[in-house]
Amino acid sequence: MDSALLVHRLHFAFTATFHYLFPQLTMGLALLIVVLQTIALRRNDPVYRESARFWGRIFGINFALGVVTGIPMEFQFGTNWSYFSSFAGGVIGQTLAMEGMFAFFLESAFLGLFLYGEKRLSPRAHWLSAVAVFVGSWLSGYFIIATDAFMQHPVGYFTAPDGSLQLASFWDFVLNPWAGWQYAHNMSGAVITGAFFITALGAFYLLSGKWTAHARIFVKAGVIAGCVFSVLQIFPTGDRQGKMVTDLQPVTLAAMEGLFQSQPNAPLVIIGQPNEKRSKIDNSLEVPGMLSMLTYKRWNAHVRGLDAFPKQDWPDNIPLLYYSYHIMVGLGTIFIAIMVLALFLLWRDKLFNTRWMLWILMLSAPFPYIANTAGWMTAELGRQPWLIYGLLRTENGYSRLVSSGNGTFTLLGFMGLYTVLGILFLFLIKREIDHGPASVPEIASNFHLLAETK
Amino acid sequence: MASLWFWIVAAMIATYVVLDGFDLGAGAIYLVAAKTNDERRRVLRAIGPVWDGNEVWLLAAGGTLYFAFPRLYASSFSGFYLPLMIVLWLLILRGIGIEFRAHVETPVWQDFFDVIFSCSSILLAIFFGAALGNVVRGVPLDSAGYFFEPLWTDFKLGPETGILDWYTVLTGTVALVTLVAHGSYYVALKTDADLGRRARGFALLCWPLQFFLTFSTLVATYFIRPEIMANYAKHKIGILIPISVVASLGVMLWANPKGKEKLAFIASSLYITAMLLGAAFALYPVVLPARNAQYDLTIYNTAAGVHGLSVGLVWWLFAAVLVVAYFVFVYRMFRGKVPLGEGHY
Repeated sequence: MDSALLVHRLHFAFTATFHYLFPQLTMGLALLIVVLQTIALRRNDPVYRESARFWGRIFGINFALGVVTGIPMEFQFGTNWSYFSSFAGGVIGQTLAMEGMFAFFLESAFLGLFLYGEKRLSPRAHWLSAVAVFVGSWLSGYFIIATDAFMQHPVGYFTAPDGSLQLASFWDFVLNPWAGWQYAHNMSGAVITGAFFITALGAFYLLSGKWTAHARIFVKAGVIAGCVFSVLQIFPTGDRQGKMVTDLQPVTLAAMEGLFQSQPNAPLVIIGQPNEKRSKIDNSLEVPGMLSMLTYKRWNAHVRGLDAFPKQDWPDNIPLLYYSYHIMVGLGTIFIAIMVLALFLLWRDKLFNTRWMLWILMLSAPFPYIANTAGWMTAELGRQPWLIYGLLRTENGYSRLVSSGNGTFTLLGFMGLYTVLGILFLFLIKREIDHGPASVPEIASNFHLLAETK
Repeated sequence: MASLWFWIVAAMIATYVVLDGFDLGAGAIYLVAAKTNDERRRVLRAIGPVWDGNEVWLLAAGGTLYFAFPRLYASSFSGFYLPLMIVLWLLILRGIGIEFRAHVETPVWQDFFDVIFSCSSILLAIFFGAALGNVVRGVPLDSAGYFFEPLWTDFKLGPETGILDWYTVLTGTVALVTLVAHGSYYVALKTDADLGRRARGFALLCWPLQFFLTFSTLVATYFIRPEIMANYAKHKIGILIPISVVASLGVMLWANPKGKEKLAFIASSLYITAMLLGAAFALYPVVLPARNAQYDLTIYNTAAGVHGLSVGLVWWLFAAVLVVAYFVFVYRMFRGKVPLGEGHY
């Protein structure tokens, strides 16, 4: 591979992956904060109010990092992928501009009010500002997914005489069928990150014996949301997403599943290592016929393997794609198991005292990040070798006048800067966790309670 | 249709510079004008609720530019690769400088983020000015409409131009002085006592510099690109631009010592708008001049398809109304002098 091409791909992949660590929590937490605030407002409950405020503080730090790491994404379409932008900007410029005009302004205007305006606003207006931030962040997600959906499955365009793509139908483009299920799948994934995060911190407080009243709310809200969205993640959103890949990117499906030979009664590979040289899966554990069943709902359905497609149209990194996909699916399955078990214990009123389960919940916080990242890697590696499926190859999309040396230099610059940002983020989050959700220090509030009971 | 989008994008960029300009300017004078921790918090509280929204104008203007003139976006962003990466890093540092300072209340932590915030604000002002200078001067576009500029060459306007040469350093300096003045008027408007007085003093100091630099830049621009006068000669309405520039400079000089901060701030906003729209007026219909004039990028060879541009107008106008509503609402919420009580920053 041309080294400049590789550098530009890594440049975007690294900055996008690091960036998306923050928005997934932003979008997930936004929903959970709105839920906490709604309960606080309806029950006039101070513990819920303090919980919402506490998660608002964490949200603020997380949001700031999402903003500063997000700006480079928009720039890179021009700086690193100028041929792609010149080719497709007439279509995807629509959603990218709409994201700025509809979502970013909404978020930025109400974030300040939500974070710092509680004293200036009535409780209802403050609740509305939280809703506005939630709507803004979810709207922003849709515009990005719609842009990606065009790259996965281009619709609503025509090819102009100069060879560039131009918009033919706004609604076909914005309501791309690919975007609908991908959006549902992605947003559900974001809520899973938020739910596991809030549950993990609640479990940590319970295990430490600190702020237990708040911690119970965290765990309860997190487990309920986590259970609902872990299930939605697989069915229907993941299932329908897979169906779309089967129909529209069959070669991607074959590569993801590691199906080298076309066959009826195709097996589903649970584990195993793809061996490209010998065109088979080594040391595999398979469920016969399962892949046929999942894709075409018939055990003996014929599924096309990689051999059915010309080699130049195969995704260029099959092992990475295969492993990303299997890590995503494996983790998604484990999430359901964890959350269903936790919900069962919650229902039997045992969860808050079951220390081993709290340990599991606490330690599972990083895994939704891994699953979401692996999911995006599956989507984007699976699209290869195309930048826009069937229309523009990745090797023809990057900025040819930006040398691999310059690209490497700025990539290393971003790696360094983002390492510092990551450390700062963890440091500030740790301080918030140490400070805790109560507006008054723990001991003082206990004395207060003691005084009241006497 | 492409002409209309040219003016929409120009207006969005001008709005960005007027709005984010005052918080960049406030950042530039921050270390010197605000001496105590209280004063620094006051400056941060004056810009805290609005800086992020102001910066969104940059993203929205960028997104709209991408949408309306994709070939221009592709060419200029890849050609200005190195300075844009530096701008990105500065924007990141500045954002965390403002937002993270208040999280830890120890002097070393806060001094550290103060310096980050102020230095990145100063450098951003210079880079934005130099960027505009590059566009006016022209870049070495090839026949395919692309170029790549190193950060500097020999600082002359030869065939091998760099991002920084004597002309773009001059425009960068104009931008810095203009935004320092703009930020000073804003700080004077939002604060009182010593801090407000010092900000007013800064603005007073900036005025002669701003006056002198404005005219030397205009003269320099005329010498390196005489064709900028063509549109002014052809369309009489262009005379409004120099009138606005002179008038706004006059109002700033008059209003500031009299303590009419609001008027001075409005005049400064008018000055920025007139300077930027004046540059756009001079360039039109060229959007990125080439050193070799036959390769100029114009609105005609960079615009997106007509159908896309027409559809865009519908949602853009709808969104613009919402945006104006948000901004009026937020600025009204946080109007008046900054109190220093409980709360963030």
